[in-house]
Amino acid sequence: MSDTSNMIHFDGVVKKFGDHVVLRELDFTVAPGEFVTLIGPSGSGKTTILRLLMTLERVNEGRIYIDGECLTHTSKGDKYVPANEKHMREMRKRVGMVFQQFNLFPNMNVLKNITEAPIRALGMSRGEAEARAVDLLEMVGLSEKAKAHPSQLSGGQQQRVAIARALAMRPEVLLLDEVTSALDPELVAGVLRVLKEIATTTDITFLCVTHEMQFARDVSDRVMMFDQGQVIEDAAPEKLFTEPEHPRTREFLHAVLDRA
Amino acid sequence: MNWDWENARDSIPLLLEGLLVTVELTVLGSALAYVLGLVFALIRRARIPVLSQAVFLFVELVRSTPLLIQVFIVFYLLWPALDIKPSAFLTGVVALGVHYATYTSEVYRAGIEAVPKGQWEAATALSLPRTRVWTGVILPQAVPRVLPALGNYMISMFKETPLLLAIGVLDVLNRAKEQGAETFRVIEPYTLAGLLFLLVSYPASILVRRLERRVGHL
Repeated sequence: MSDTSNMIHFDGVVKKFGDHVVLRELDFTVAPGEFVTLIGPSGSGKTTILRLLMTLERVNEGRIYIDGECLTHTSKGDKYVPANEKHMREMRKRVGMVFQQFNLFPNMNVLKNITEAPIRALGMSRGEAEARAVDLLEMVGLSEKAKAHPSQLSGGQQQRVAIARALAMRPEVLLLDEVTSALDPELVAGVLRVLKEIATTTDITFLCVTHEMQFARDVSDRVMMFDQGQVIEDAAPEKLFTEPEHPRTREFLHAVLDRA
Repeated sequence: MNWDWENARDSIPLLLEGLLVTVELTVLGSALAYVLGLVFALIRRARIPVLSQAVFLFVELVRSTPLLIQVFIVFYLLWPALDIKPSAFLTGVVALGVHYATYTSEVYRAGIEAVPKGQWEAATALSLPRTRVWTGVILPQAVPRVLPALGNYMISMFKETPLLLAIGVLDVLNRAKEQGAETFRVIEPYTLAGLLFLLVSYPASILVRRLERRVGHL
């Protein structure tokens, strides 16, 4: 069992793609309402962590818990077996994800993108879902775009719709997967402003993968430096960004901050 | 041989009657091919043990044998085995529909695979129920893309209907043959039959090409 004071708990998680080990016995926890950012070189497995939480990938070994409940396994008699689709479907409703490529549904307008899941997955009435969508659109500053199609929006606008769409499911955990990486530089700030607002006004737990170091520093409660399938440094942002302890962290920060 | 205008004029009513049959066959046959092809594609993708393999085998078998033989099998073997006696027309619809379903199933498969992986992942992340993922997200994106290919198969089916001569369906060409047998002049009815085919399939293929351009940027 896992301590219920953790919203997210990785317990000895191993993930391999073929022979390539992406996560090696990874352990970490995230407290409820905490905003944790994962930084580290590309290909170090940060995105894989989010994908495992969203059940888009399966663990090879170890367990993942969400709010004390096991996501990856269920007990069968006195044994633990890999969770079936039904179990994951229930657990999934508590987690939301915003993707690098937005992944809005191009065949639906903005309003429908946001109301689809609450209606179909949560059984919310159309009226309630639409009222909520209108509120969320206002929050992300796109009230006038309810009837627009994704193809008519800029990347930054699409990503803000994607954020509203994820929030419409009232997730306890929100996963942010390099949400500004596909955006033109001038559109990044608008998206980050929206996220910061959500992070400070809700009690959602965030796990964020980003290359926006200033943003990570501004909003995170904790930053984890990730390298070669392991967390090599885990500290408050002021500490990690100003006096990193691990040489790899120093190297990495030097490289990315130099570039900026 | 000279062109006999009188014979040409006399054959027109019969030929038009035949054309109507040909068009009906094509429309009904295509409808069957479109629905059945989608069912085949979905079953194969669902990887249901035995059933998916059975559909795969069936599709391969149908695609590697001539349509004419399939028409005979349905007409002379399948119907007697089921102890029913559908008309030659209905036999034609079933044979054409099933034959072309094996092609349209591949078309649907390609269309479904062309939907970006991110769409599936977003649908999963939003906990959309399985059937809704298909009806609300995947098919509305996959089907428009494959409409031109489906249209082309309809045109090609239209041109293959004379094959049903073998079981006595009175389409355009068979009407032309009938007229020729009566007047001993085959040039006029056969030429006109060919023109009628051209008159329908050429504009249809232009329409499909325009459709292709429209969905090209989807």
